[in-house]
Amino acid sequence: MQSKTSLSRRHLLKWAGAGTTVAIASAVLPNFGISAALAAELGDGDIGVLNYAYALEQLEAAFYTQALENPFGNMQVNDQRILQQIRDHEIAHRDFLKRALGSNAIPALEVDFSAVDFSSRASVLGTADVFENLGVAAYNGAGQLISTPDYLVAAGSIVSVEARHAAAIADLLRPFSAEAAGRGNVDHKGLDKALLPSMVLPKAAPFIVTEVTAATLP
Amino acid sequence: MSNDNTILGAIEPELADTIVSSRRDVFARYAKAAGIMTSAPLVLALASNQAFGQSLPQQITDTLNFALTLEYLEAAFYEQGNKSGIIPSQYRAVFRTIGQHENAHVKLLKGVLGSAAVKAPGVDFTAGGKYADVWENFDTFLTLSQTFEDLGVAAYKGQAGNLMGSKEVLTVALQIHSVEARHASEVRRIGLKFGWDGAFDKPLSKKAVLAAATPFLA
Repeated sequence: MQSKTSLSRRHLLKWAGAGTTVAIASAVLPNFGISAALAAELGDGDIGVLNYAYALEQLEAAFYTQALENPFGNMQVNDQRILQQIRDHEIAHRDFLKRALGSNAIPALEVDFSAVDFSSRASVLGTADVFENLGVAAYNGAGQLISTPDYLVAAGSIVSVEARHAAAIADLLRPFSAEAAGRGNVDHKGLDKALLPSMVLPKAAPFIVTEVTAATLP
Repeated sequence: MSNDNTILGAIEPELADTIVSSRRDVFARYAKAAGIMTSAPLVLALASNQAFGQSLPQQITDTLNFALTLEYLEAAFYEQGNKSGIIPSQYRAVFRTIGQHENAHVKLLKGVLGSAAVKAPGVDFTAGGKYADVWENFDTFLTLSQTFEDLGVAAYKGQAGNLMGSKEVLTVALQIHSVEARHASEVRRIGLKFGWDGAFDKPLSKKAVLAAATPFLA
């Protein structure tokens, strides 16, 4: 992981000529300084939704990358193979969204996983469980905000893989359990959760140093 | 649509082709539904499970009936499977949970469609003898379970564009879609496979789904 300072400097340089919707919080916040956290505004409409997804995929990709760089003790081959595949998927999602957004993409977010004990299987898989289920609920809630059919299909192609991950993580925690088939996340109508950005972003915020704002998303 | 090349170019070619072809479909039908926004009664109907099938646009009714047909098929499959005695005890919690979800999906979709709901189809899970031992051989049962779950995921994904005229119906469909993906992942796991085929799930057209499902309809 790069230090906060070098990330900030790099982004300042990158943004200076980019003319994107990204706001530099240090210009308006009182804690102005070289290491001040930068803010990322997701933007309007479909761009806003894609940036929202991009932010969540960045978080997931960074989490699994860190978990595999610092494997918990006695990580079994089964755990490792599944976590590696999920990491690769999240990286593919992140990179796909970044390319789709082009110059409209928010910058790389600075993450903070200090609440995670990477030496503990329970902590790592428990966090993965939270992220995957949050991702599913986020995509489910964001579908209705998308105007372009192509983007809806693309989001659909990602969300079902997140749901597959959620089941796989639940299975690692409790093999062949009702939870691995969705109990605990699926309600009595057989429905998964659907959450709007305003409900998802606060749940993700503890893990993201960069301030992510969604001025126009519900 | 200036972002088409960017977003499609980033997906693997096969998926991009699918999206392009499904989009033509979507546009042709979406044009008819354009401007139809969901009314308050629809939201209430979804919340209360009251029927409002007669007041839905035809495109949405058709799509929900297509989904209901698949849910009938799945519900009947697990109803029979969970009674068959061929499911090893360690997997019963998974299949009982999946069966409950499929029953809930049938109930929900029937409730939404009201008098416009199609009737349950006749079923033949041996597919005319091709899977003659489905109720005696757990491996055959598992193969069909995976087939139905993966098919359900691809079917809902393929129809999402047809539901863009109603944010509420689209969201419910997405909330079912991700549950089917959880099932697919866990069933694959029981079959000693990874829960996925890659980072992006592919949509299937209605025609392709019906071709796959028809052998099981009596």
